[in-house]
Amino acid sequence: MKFQKFIPWLVIAAAFLFPFFDKNAYHIDVLVTAGIFILLALGLQVIVGYAGILNLGFAAFFAFGAYTYAIVNIHFHVPFWGGVAVSAIATAVFGMLLAFPALRLSGDYLAIVTLGAGEITRIVLNNLDQVTGGPNGLLGIDHPRLPMVNYDFSVHSQPYYFLILIFILAVIFFLRRLETSRLGRAWRALREDELAASAMGINLAWAKLTAFGIGGFIAGIAGCIFAAKQGTISPDSFDFTVSVMVLAMVVLGGIGSIYGAVLGALVLTILPECLRDFTSYRMLIFGVAMVVMMLFRPSGIWSSVRFRAQPLRANK
Amino acid sequence: MSILDIFLQQLINGLTIGMIYALIALGYTMVYGIAQLINFAHGEVFMVGAYLGLLFYTIFNQTALASWIIAPTFLATMIATALLGYLIERCAYRPLRNAPRLAPLIAAIGISFLLQNAVMLIAGPTDKSFPSILTIQKYTFSHVTVTNLQILITVVSIGLMTGLHFFVKHTKIGKAMRALADDRQAASLMGIDVNFVIAVAFIIGSALAGAGGLMFGAYYNTINFHDGYLAGMKAFTAAVLGGIGNIPGAMIGGVLLGVLEGLAAGYISSQWKNVFAFLILILILLFRPTGLFGARVVKKV
Repeated sequence: MKFQKFIPWLVIAAAFLFPFFDKNAYHIDVLVTAGIFILLALGLQVIVGYAGILNLGFAAFFAFGAYTYAIVNIHFHVPFWGGVAVSAIATAVFGMLLAFPALRLSGDYLAIVTLGAGEITRIVLNNLDQVTGGPNGLLGIDHPRLPMVNYDFSVHSQPYYFLILIFILAVIFFLRRLETSRLGRAWRALREDELAASAMGINLAWAKLTAFGIGGFIAGIAGCIFAAKQGTISPDSFDFTVSVMVLAMVVLGGIGSIYGAVLGALVLTILPECLRDFTSYRMLIFGVAMVVMMLFRPSGIWSSVRFRAQPLRANK
Repeated sequence: MSILDIFLQQLINGLTIGMIYALIALGYTMVYGIAQLINFAHGEVFMVGAYLGLLFYTIFNQTALASWIIAPTFLATMIATALLGYLIERCAYRPLRNAPRLAPLIAAIGISFLLQNAVMLIAGPTDKSFPSILTIQKYTFSHVTVTNLQILITVVSIGLMTGLHFFVKHTKIGKAMRALADDRQAASLMGIDVNFVIAVAFIIGSALAGAGGLMFGAYYNTINFHDGYLAGMKAFTAAVLGGIGNIPGAMIGGVLLGVLEGLAAGYISSQWKNVFAFLILILILLFRPTGLFGARVVKKV
């Protein structure tokens, strides 16, 4: 059984070594996209999985992070490393502001508010031409640059791969610590039974605000990396489909499970790429695959043990 | 045109589209009320209804039915979408009835990908033009114009909604539906066939969405496989606006949303009209957390 302790390290080592064995730029590029979605799925996992709040507008968080970096970079020439911090904190604040309706609403009514907020964000991005460039978006965003050695990430995929991998590992480390912390336990109580949690002295408002804040923080990082890699962003990249896909990654991977979110994001990004041979039937097959996967593993591929014991059901 | 004329004109336009929203919203609200499930594929059923309506219209137009084509087209479309709704329920939702709560939601998203892409592959990705199902006549009072199509949409919608209201209030299945919405476990103990009643809710909801799709196509004269998404989302908004699970609430919510949107498009700008719709929704929910007509939920330990 001692061997099992090494498995995570082996996986991390394999992830770091992968680009040295697979030189195919397309593969690395797909993995970079998957990496951005892993970060998003981890962020949403905090809100949906830990705190049990259904969020249907997560693309707005992603968009806020991306546009924050784009704007501070274009107007104030803030480099990527500063931009990542600004994006993450700004998106965390944005998330907490969005959570204010959450303090009064519950369940599916809250879901519809997040859905509406997501749509409003997209429409504002499309129409606020002076700030966001309207439907054309923003161009000429700086790629990251390593300061000491003066290495520009430019449009290569490999450096982004390592950058994202490091961020993912940091976020996973952080979430693992968080899971069993006082706040993590408060979220779990909130998810299982709001009334009981408040009777136990948990500050519900604080628990909900922090869930949105930390989810937003992680999505802000993802958005910033996305903007820095693309060099150009437009509202199209942040529509409802993105919110739905990230939610699907969380649920398909396993609600409440960190590794489930990682796995779900990998499967749902790589699967459509594998289906490219089917050209126009691709999304059709993808839709069927989603239904079938749900039918066979309704609690997700890598479901958290707690959820298997206590499935999240309607309060009836 | 005077200010009053603009107001009345936008009111009429908004009322027409609001009727269609209300028809779709009924499907969301019935399924939610009975099965506590947000049926995300419902917008796509509406979209499929628009395409099937076009198909049946084209078929019937070449037969002896051509002279009174509207009724059979409606009937055929509604039966076809009802069947589709039943199939979705049977294959994707029923097996997940006791699964974790979000599992059917993801299945629904998969179904919507499936339907969207199936329609795109069969009918093509470009806009399809929808023939006007009746010769348009305009009635103008001072500066306000009403078309016979708008009247038809309003009359058909009100007819269908009244029918639904009587079905739910005065039939045995309707009574079973209300019982199920109240307490599923107790209802099943009283001998109500839960699966059957949920299937009926899906069938009725999908038939109404099909009728809505047909009228949507006839009203805008153009349909696209993407139409289901925005219309579905607006209808869902309407259902929440009226208090989800509440049938008269969904009707009023749909009409209200259509009217508000029409007025926003007329007075502010059509680009911002969707923002307006969602902003109003959020504000209403902030002050009335369970929608305009939602029941006050008392928390019990």
